[in-house]
Amino acid sequence: MTSLPDLVCPAGSLPALKAAVDNGADAVYLGFRNDTNARNFAGLNFDAKTMAEGIRYAHAKGREVLLAINTFPQAGRVGDWHKAVDGAVDVGADAIILADVGLLDYARRKHPQQRLHLSVQGSATSYEAINFCQREFGVRRAVLPRVLTLAQVENVIRNTTVEIEVFGFGSLCVMNEGRCWLSSYACGESPNTVGACSPAKYVKWDKKPGAMETRLNGILIDRFGDDEPAGYPTLCKGRFEVRGETYYALEEPTSLNVLEILPEILKIGVRAIKVEGRQRSPAYVAQVTRTLRAALDALAGGSERYHVRPAWQAELAKVSEGNQATLGAYNRPWR
Amino acid sequence: MDNALTVPKFRLPGFVAAMGQHLPQWPHALALIAGLNAALAFKLLPAGELATLEDKQFRVRVLDSGGEASFTYRNGRFLPIFRPTREPDLAFAANLSAFLQLLARQEDPDTLFFNRELEITGDTELGLLVKNLLDAVEWPAPPRLGLPLGGR
Ligand code: SF4
Repeated sequence: MTSLPDLVCPAGSLPALKAAVDNGADAVYLGFRNDTNARNFAGLNFDAKTMAEGIRYAHAKGREVLLAINTFPQAGRVGDWHKAVDGAVDVGADAIILADVGLLDYARRKHPQQRLHLSVQGSATSYEAINFCQREFGVRRAVLPRVLTLAQVENVIRNTTVEIEVFGFGSLCVMNEGRCWLSSYACGESPNTVGACSPAKYVKWDKKPGAMETRLNGILIDRFGDDEPAGYPTLCKGRFEVRGETYYALEEPTSLNVLEILPEILKIGVRAIKVEGRQRSPAYVAQVTRTLRAALDALAGGSERYHVRPAWQAELAKVSEGNQATLGAYNRPWR
Repeated sequence: MDNALTVPKFRLPGFVAAMGQHLPQWPHALALIAGLNAALAFKLLPAGELATLEDKQFRVRVLDSGGEASFTYRNGRFLPIFRPTREPDLAFAANLSAFLQLLARQEDPDTLFFNRELEITGDTELGLLVKNLLDAVEWPAPPRLGLPLGGR
């Protein structure tokens, strides 16, 4: 029996949390309803009451709740982030996912018993950086940015005792995780400052005959023909004219999907697999959780007989942004 | 995926839409608004965020039935608008099957939006808020759709 990595699923609301738990997530990650987390959208996330209820629900079924405080404290308001860390401890989160070194330090000193994870936004891509966080802040798990190849992930795992979590499915934000400022270029606000990339108030969808245009603070991001799939209105996924040619100059809207390389991911000793999408609805969480659960369970008996079922791929393709899936950086020949 | 409640993707024939346009818009609008006000009565919608909806105008258009409902939110209640005098702040348009899939929590609005099966126009931030409000509702019992449909 192979020991399986934890399946870590997103929840932007109580129904989404229940969908994750009911469909086989080992852990659910979520955030407070404010800018201390990187999915700070109106109406999304948890207040004190729903948070407590969510944690109760997950714990009753033996699942973990990981609380993301993964933005960077803004000048003059560090207290808000400290309060979030204290709140996470009080509410009984199994682990807090942090990105900022100052917050890691605060959490470590104020709550030495609390389990801490290093967020993908912390942008630690080397075992040196991860071991540093272990030594200084007692970090128990690190989420790797989606920029490493599988061989690089393996190298990190070999050289650290910190648990390693990688992304398994979801929209890509591959540019420069934790360091991307494209959104600020367009509208003065970025994930690391306000907790949202391309905030909705700057987004305009314009339906024209035969096409739909999306603008971010007036900047034309893309124009979709009626039969073309649409994507999120972020600069990184726009089509721009470069030297007379119009194309996805930064990246194609694709979804990461690791089903094909799941056996390798298990083999190198990844401790947890994360699904992106706290901004998505309970239906998405249920569909993706169910599918990845089935794939992981199929591997429990060993990888010899594992094969990716077309039904899994179809289910994941349907909920994907863009019309293609990718293995992302995991199988890239270059580094 | 075995799900007895699966709503398949379907499209009503064009003549239904043509007929729908000649029917009074009232029944659609009233049914929708009754539902929304029931959600209010059960305190299923969070009070804090509801304030943002005050005096905003909404329109839901069912493309293949030709049905359409306009409404607003004022003083703690949803009210129908029978003769809209301006473009709504937020408008949704989709075929009936897509709306049913959304209601049954079978598909996620982003999925339908990416696949161009759901059209959202107007104030994007308001749209996101409405979507998140509805996602966060804990329906007393899962919405059961009495459609005699098989699984996929
Ligand atoms: S612009 Fe793209 S890469 Fe940058 S933060 Fe937004 S989604 Fe991520």
